Amino acid sequence: MGVLAKKLLGIGVGVVVAGVLIGLYVAGWATSFPKTVAAVSTRPVVGVSGTQLTLQTVAAIGPKYSPSNPDWVSYLVKEKGKWVHSTVFKVPANSIVHVTVLQYDGDSGLRNPFLSQVQGTLNGRETVDGKSIDAIDPEEASHTFAVPQLGVFIPLPGVPEEAKNQCEFAPCTLAQAHRTITFTFRTGKRGRYRWQCFVPCAAGWIDGNGGPMQTLGYMDGFLEVT
Amino acid sequence: MAAEATHGGSEPNHARRFATIWIVVSLIATPLVVLFVGPIMPPGNGSAQASGHVTDNTVLIGMATPVLLLVLVYLIYAIVHFRAPKGGAGAVLEGPAISGDTRIQTTWIVVTSLLVLSLAVYGTVRLVEDGAGSGQGASPAWPASGKKLPVQVIAQEWAFTYRFPTYGGVETTHLVLPVNQTIELHVTSLDVIHSFWAYQLGVKADANPNVDNVVFVKPTKLQTFEVRCAELCGIWHGYMFDHGRVVRPAVFQVWIAEQQKRFAASKKYLPPYSTKYVPEPARRGG
Repeated sequence: MGVLAKKLLGIGVGVVVAGVLIGLYVAGWATSFPKTVAAVSTRPVVGVSGTQLTLQTVAAIGPKYSPSNPDWVSYLVKEKGKWVHSTVFKVPANSIVHVTVLQYDGDSGLRNPFLSQVQGTLNGRETVDGKSIDAIDPEEASHTFAVPQLGVFIPLPGVPEEAKNQCEFAPCTLAQAHRTITFTFRTGKRGRYRWQCFVPCAAGWIDGNGGPMQTLGYMDGFLEVT
Repeated sequence: MAAEATHGGSEPNHARRFATIWIVVSLIATPLVVLFVGPIMPPGNGSAQASGHVTDNTVLIGMATPVLLLVLVYLIYAIVHFRAPKGGAGAVLEGPAISGDTRIQTTWIVVTSLLVLSLAVYGTVRLVEDGAGSGQGASPAWPASGKKLPVQVIAQEWAFTYRFPTYGGVETTHLVLPVNQTIELHVTSLDVIHSFWAYQLGVKADANPNVDNVVFVKPTKLQTFEVRCAELCGIWHGYMFDHGRVVRPAVFQVWIAEQQKRFAASKKYLPPYSTKYVPEPARRGG
């Protein structure tokens, strides 16, 4: 084999190897998925099985959970008493899901004020710090928990700016300033349903919809109804 | 392909034979395609505009059929008549060098130009009728005639919502429309570019921020239709879909009244109806 042919062969092999490595890296990134956390079973309500999901929303996820993006807003979910950085939740089909959200972030405001109304819960309402409401002031919205395919839209009001003892990084504790929001909705048939926050809460990104709003595991995820 | 002497006999006039075969096959196939394939062309007959698209696609496929047959018939004819004889008898003969044939070139250019220009005229006529289900911007050049029901389509990352200005500006999460009524859709976006695509209704209109894009549609049958976003808009672009319904006018009135009641809690927070909205910078993170 001539010198030129060897060189070409070497370059060709190098390009193929580099291409495969790049492809594997991209595929690994593209298929990475947060851990799935199952909701906890609760006592049946009116003969319908129920589960409980406990979530928290934080202004900054912190270096412990996300060394690469510690200042991103995020959801966390409680699993066996510990906070897990995941947004993929498993719930049973045709059942009741009780959700408690501990909301530690300040308000950003809803881009579409229509989404300030509670939709899709069993009674069309949510409870905020013990008070039952059917809508919040859209200016006070910090995040939302919305599952459009199920018609569930839950506005989450923010912690007032002047509140003391605000949480800096996740995981946040009950001793720190927060709002407690509870709501209940019903799941239907099995499937994978995406959920998202509708508040443009990604600080520093154009339109507030970049970064954590467009990365699985922060401000959006899946409801695995099984 | 002119008649030529080869060993053993005179060459037939391939051009005439080929043309004859092509014309006969086209005269048989084209009506069959139009009759049997035309009615099942997308997107169906869910609206006057969608039916128009079915007609347009039928016209296109009717014009394309003879063109396709021209290529296929020529291919098959060449394979059959110009292949080397079995047994390899004699040398492979090469035809005379082709030099410019002004008549063929002129015919080719004239015919193809006429085809394209005729399609341009046809397309323009169809657009002028009522926009053919596409967005015409804020000042439609070809508005639909008659009474229209205005409905606003609001795109945001990542869901469509809808406002009905003649019903108190109520906003809803699903789109329900009355049958046999011309709808004037005002499509806009609150953030990035999206596109409102109601497939069975034959409607596709860009949803741009701070832009009112008007599109006319008249649903003509009771149905469920798909709504999708047709402009890549972020991570959940593929999930930005929904189902809408076309119902009888009386059912629509009941539905809209229910929506007004159901979404009463948000009414006080909604801005006055406008053809476009510019959410404050304060509402963008950061």
